[in-house]
Amino acid sequence: MTDPPPTSPSLPLSSDTGGRSREAAVRVMNLTKEYPGGIRALEGVSFDLPRGELTSIIGPSGCGKTTTLKIMAGLVEATAGDVLVDGSPVRGPGPDRAFVFQDFALMPWATVLRNAAFGLELRGVAKREREAVAREYIAKVNLSGFEDAYPHQLSGGMRQRVGLARALAVDADILLMDEPFASVDEQIRRKFQEDLLNLLSDEKKTVVFVTHSIEEAVYVSDQIVILTRGPAQVSKVVRPGIDRDSDSQSIRRDPAYLDWVERIWDELRDYLEG
Amino acid sequence: MVARIQSRSGRISGHPWLLRGLSILLVLALWEWAGTIPVSIAFPKFSETIVAFVEMLGDGTFVAAYSETIPPLVVGVLLTGIGGILAGIAMGLSPKAQWLGLPLFIVLQASPSAAIVPLITFIYGIGFAAKVFAVVLLSAPVIVLNSYRGISNAPRSLLEMSEAFLASRWQRIWKIVLPAGSGLIFAGLRLGLAQGFTGAVLAELIITPTGVGDLITFYRSTADYAYMFASILSIILLASVSVSLLQNLEKRIFRPEMRPA
Repeated sequence: MTDPPPTSPSLPLSSDTGGRSREAAVRVMNLTKEYPGGIRALEGVSFDLPRGELTSIIGPSGCGKTTTLKIMAGLVEATAGDVLVDGSPVRGPGPDRAFVFQDFALMPWATVLRNAAFGLELRGVAKREREAVAREYIAKVNLSGFEDAYPHQLSGGMRQRVGLARALAVDADILLMDEPFASVDEQIRRKFQEDLLNLLSDEKKTVVFVTHSIEEAVYVSDQIVILTRGPAQVSKVVRPGIDRDSDSQSIRRDPAYLDWVERIWDELRDYLEG
Repeated sequence: MVARIQSRSGRISGHPWLLRGLSILLVLALWEWAGTIPVSIAFPKFSETIVAFVEMLGDGTFVAAYSETIPPLVVGVLLTGIGGILAGIAMGLSPKAQWLGLPLFIVLQASPSAAIVPLITFIYGIGFAAKVFAVVLLSAPVIVLNSYRGISNAPRSLLEMSEAFLASRWQRIWKIVLPAGSGLIFAGLRLGLAQGFTGAVLAELIITPTGVGDLITFYRSTADYAYMFASILSIILLASVSVSLLQNLEKRIFRPEMRPA
């Protein structure tokens, strides 16, 4: 953990700040990213991703959330610092990580089936085999029957389900999701969040989830990393510990849930005003 | 969802043939009317032109003329179709090829080709090769430049996606860059084919009086304007039909997502 910045208010945000001895699947260590022209996006960002948990990265828009995620994916190179996946430093994209893109990044000329199987296709998996796997995940994201449709025939929410199926199909341990629901409208978004949680509870994956929605972060996350505005630093790492055994409606009305949303909002508001 | 979108597009394109037929009829009626004014003694009525057209079709005049015009056109368009697309792809993928080739084709595209065509005779004489060269000269720039743009403008997000899912360089080109650019490449090919027709006719008008270009020149000199117009009409028809066929071929073979399911 980096030290909290001096502006940090003394809120009781301390159910856990990451110091507990959970096994880290990914360690983000002292990441700094400077773009050409001297624009500093990240400065000394460090946090751990406990194995099998869902961690959200949240912060003011343009604060470097996506940059952090892309460095973890190996798509962007850090100026300094390291990302360790199972102890070895990330030097580029790898089979241990799969990415879900904010803009879906589906090939418009390919069917849902081929898009979902594309990660396996690139790995040289035989057609019959990769399509069987893709069909399985298309069913898991509730898109059965749309295998032969093209992306332009689907709604935004359905397209992102294809993106999710593609990422799940390569069976990576770590799932990196870049604002996956940003282009999905609100009603579908809630349904999608619930589906995602159900799906992930079977898959035992370590998930990083970039979002700008506090409600979404509190609802889906085991752990939330709050970033300050650029250059981004880690403001706090919190663990809301919402009990998700009850149904989604009562979770969203749960005082603990609402309390967490409010606390994180207070935390972020300082940076927005500052 | 799928069905809804299809039914919507179905409503718009429900009666395309009716509309197209009406539009063609309107133009032909205007032509006939303009011929009766008459606009000029060199402007025949549509009815006269179509009679001349049928006659030339029947007596083998068109067959003889097009057996002269089409071979160099086909050879030229095939050469640029294959060579031009490859050159454009190379320029889109390699900065060196881009540095070498791009300025040449931009200048070629901007320059008035009709002014260059006469120069061909100095190098290739007045035979088959000269015609082929004229076709290449006119069709190459648009084919090369469109291919180049198609390749170099591959969507960043898809490139990043392929990288995240561990595509090799070759896979990235073959599975992302080429399919993403194929729309622009085919558009270039269609425009190039149309330009190729221009090149072939230009060569026949300016360099070697043969084929359909010769028909046009000949009937102008004998003041048989209906026959001259019929010749011009024939090359316009042939060019339009060829370009449409190419477009249909593209949709059928390469763009399954554009096909109505």
